Amino acid sequence: MSGAVLVLQVALGAAAAAVGGLAPRHVRVRAAAALTAAACVAAVVAAVSVLGSGHPIAVHTADILPLTGASLVLGPLGAVLVSVTAVVAIAASVYWPGYAHHGLSSRTASGILPVFVTSMLVVLEAGDPVTFLVAWELMALSSLVLVLVDQDRREETRSAGQWYAVMTHAGAASIVLAMVLVSVHAGGHSFAEIRAQAGHLPGGVRDVSLVLALVGFGSKAGVVPLHVWLPKAHPEAPSPVSALMSGAMVNLGIYGILLVGDRLLGGGPSWWWTAVVALGVVSALFGALQASAASDLKRLLAYSTTDNMGLVLVAVGVSGLLADGRHETLGALAMVAALLLVVNHALFKASLFLSVGSIQAATGTRELDRLGGLVRRMPVTTAVFVVAALAVAALPPLNGFVGEWLLFQSLLHALDVSGAVVSVVVSVAVAALALTGGLTAVAFVKAIGIGLLGRPRSPGAEAAREVPHGMQIGAGLLAALCVVLGVAPMLVVPSLERAAATVVAGGRSHVLRGGVELELAGLRGILAPVWTAVGLALAAGVAVGTRDLIRRRPKRRVADAWACGRELLTPRMQYTAASFAEPLERVFDDVLRPDRDVTVSHVAESRFFVERVAYRSSVGDVVERVAYRPVIGAVRWWGSRARALQSGSVHRYLGYGLVALLVVLVVLA
Amino acid sequence: MTAPPGVAGAILVVCAQILVAGIGGPLLLGLMRKTRSRLEGRVGPPVRQPLLDVRKLLAKQRIRPQCGSWLFAAGPLVLISTSVVVAGTAPLLTTRPPLGQSTDFFGVVFVLLLGSVFLALAALDTGTPFGGMGASRATTIGALTEPALLVAVLALSIPAHTSNLPALVREGLSDPQVIASPGRILALAAFVVVVLAESGRLPVDNPSTHLELTMIHEAMVLEHSGPDLALVTVGESMRLALLLGLLVNLSVPWGMATGSGMASLVVGTVALVAKVALAGIAIATFEVFTAKLRLFRLPELLAGAFVLALLGVVTALVSR
Repeated sequence: MSGAVLVLQVALGAAAAAVGGLAPRHVRVRAAAALTAAACVAAVVAAVSVLGSGHPIAVHTADILPLTGASLVLGPLGAVLVSVTAVVAIAASVYWPGYAHHGLSSRTASGILPVFVTSMLVVLEAGDPVTFLVAWELMALSSLVLVLVDQDRREETRSAGQWYAVMTHAGAASIVLAMVLVSVHAGGHSFAEIRAQAGHLPGGVRDVSLVLALVGFGSKAGVVPLHVWLPKAHPEAPSPVSALMSGAMVNLGIYGILLVGDRLLGGGPSWWWTAVVALGVVSALFGALQASAASDLKRLLAYSTTDNMGLVLVAVGVSGLLADGRHETLGALAMVAALLLVVNHALFKASLFLSVGSIQAATGTRELDRLGGLVRRMPVTTAVFVVAALAVAALPPLNGFVGEWLLFQSLLHALDVSGAVVSVVVSVAVAALALTGGLTAVAFVKAIGIGLLGRPRSPGAEAAREVPHGMQIGAGLLAALCVVLGVAPMLVVPSLERAAATVVAGGRSHVLRGGVELELAGLRGILAPVWTAVGLALAAGVAVGTRDLIRRRPKRRVADAWACGRELLTPRMQYTAASFAEPLERVFDDVLRPDRDVTVSHVAESRFFVERVAYRSSVGDVVERVAYRPVIGAVRWWGSRARALQSGSVHRYLGYGLVALLVVLVVLA
Repeated sequence: MTAPPGVAGAILVVCAQILVAGIGGPLLLGLMRKTRSRLEGRVGPPVRQPLLDVRKLLAKQRIRPQCGSWLFAAGPLVLISTSVVVAGTAPLLTTRPPLGQSTDFFGVVFVLLLGSVFLALAALDTGTPFGGMGASRATTIGALTEPALLVAVLALSIPAHTSNLPALVREGLSDPQVIASPGRILALAAFVVVVLAESGRLPVDNPSTHLELTMIHEAMVLEHSGPDLALVTVGESMRLALLLGLLVNLSVPWGMATGSGMASLVVGTVALVAKVALAGIAIATFEVFTAKLRLFRLPELLAGAFVLALLGVVTALVSR
């Protein structure tokens, strides 16, 4: 296939942006969404052809960017991520028109959203550093605008926008430095030329550029301690944008680390990858813990993204450790696990964010303690949410389970490799992963159980109605893919193997085989997700049969639930998100450091009679409090000092000018 | 005597395993209650009492609490389905169960987790304080047991280079030294704690309590009645029997059927029943002398199990 399809995709994206920005109000959103989806379909077509044939698609034009021109090269690794991004974006486009009047119908929003989607695709297709950086910056700016597009409604949105702006630009600066450092020393224009020269780079340059890339891309992927913007910005953005940010944009952080670490620099010493695993372990644990303590549904999802990206980084790091010239096959296996985790995460997390958008649209809130009872009022959205949430919790027969199984298998077999570094790193990684598994289950049982089940906890939840079909389909599409990939992972595994082979040089391209079953080639390990699903369905069928058919009995009766003999059960008597997570919060008190505040007020007549007791508990972000607040405080302090310079007197300003001139002259002399 | 060949034989073995677990589970529960009663100087209900209860419950009318939805009904069904799937595929009677090629230990752990998650969701679906209380406590304990279990699985899998469950059992049978290896012993010790926690036995949860504030598992299933409760009882007791069955087969695999002969299958069944019954009596005896731990002391116990399992991994790596 020629590069024309890549050009077509960019053109369609540009057309979508133009239509979204210029078309009249009543067609604007639908037209922009349709054209965005069309651009994504073009991208999927290109990606599928690359993954099918194994040959990259390339296109170069000298006209767009000065000096170097722009080149797009879609290789297998990019193709995997392009198809994931495009699928998420297609679902978001289907979802968008129904959601539009919740803050995504303005000219700005409809013009910028296609730009955001297209720039993400171009980042993955970029064939040289300049194209990459331009697309990256476009993506960062457009997503910033989209976070802020609805800023009048909530006070927090503006603050989230500020956090995001600072973090994303600090990250971008770091990425620019890394790219400049590498390309200046390697002396090539395109990624391919840089790669050819990478072996001759001085060690110091390689190390510094890897660290810079880890910082820059890590902050985009939401890696602890650079994650602080993520639980602020992802929740505050309108839901389709949250889905794109959490389902697609974070993957670009992983892509960037692979691009610089493996494809440009061609791997490196073991401390690089140990650092990657360490970042992954800390992110996974911290994200899972914070998610299990969160009471805002979108915040919970955002922390869970940090958790999932942590797991991906663990796999990436282990893969890098193993690609030392002797264990490429194991390295490729870990890389396939990493890519499968990325694909899975994109599907279920985007589906969850879209479902929460529906819930927010129907109830007006995303606070778990103000939801509940939605399973009757919004059956489809609930079903979609349940499927996607169980997939995050890695339960069979859904896709999250297959990814987690593959990760465990690659860790188990990595332990066969002798070497102290690998053994220690992998053991710690396994322990951490085991801890996150249980915590994730708590977080999502809470999200489903408190948020969707039980009795409605607020008038908004009481009055909830199912959302328009487009929104159900958008979110449901992704959840359905979670089931499909959970039952038949071999549909995508060959493509992932192909992509992994381009990352882990020298690795065998077939690390997994089997049609219905998933078998590790050359190792002992088989998983048969289909049979698990069939077995579960059969067993449930037989159980229903024994329950219902054996004896004739009176029809099912509805009765009041047991309330210790009390007559009235009120919604307020149910467990809340805070009370559900309280035991766990207590266990992990030292890490979570919850703020608890009990205020007792007395009756005016006597101090011995309590009038009311107010209990407040909130879990902030320890990293933010410890690492960021002091810095912000210092900047603010310096800012307020500097204000003293501004007196409003023109004479003084002229004086400053004179002093500055003198200083410059002295320095130059 | 030879077993019917091919598919028919495979179906026979799978059904036999499910039946043994399905009938043996409730009987095991009865046996443990009987043991406890006798040690406490009571006569106690007959061993087959749980089976009689199940029969009675199955004939009753189904009742749904006011705000229970499809998830409430799905809880018991998913629970028993997961138990049946594990019973059908795990190496219980024979070291080569027909579907055992793909019976992965990690897979078994996550299939069982699916059942627990659905039971917790069903509890939250009732919209009552007890449902929330039980679900919150049970998932917290689950979250702390899960790591110990997974790391124990890893420690068991390291020497065998696979996490395939029948392969792990076969390895113990062919090379008894593996069972006595320190890594395996540490991992199995952690596994014992996990079994107690996962199946809600003392000192983690008191299975016979109905005191509202101390209930964990019972609080979760409080609203289930009639046939649904029967499914929960069978599912839970199967789970206990399965976990104990895996424990005994990993630590004393002798007696299990290794071939496909009918006779060895019968021997395997007898051996499994005897071993699990002994394990059950041992646990019941232990329970007589143990008090329930406070909920907030449990993390210490489970963290202990986690550390044991981690030591098992380290030992397995060092002694490789």
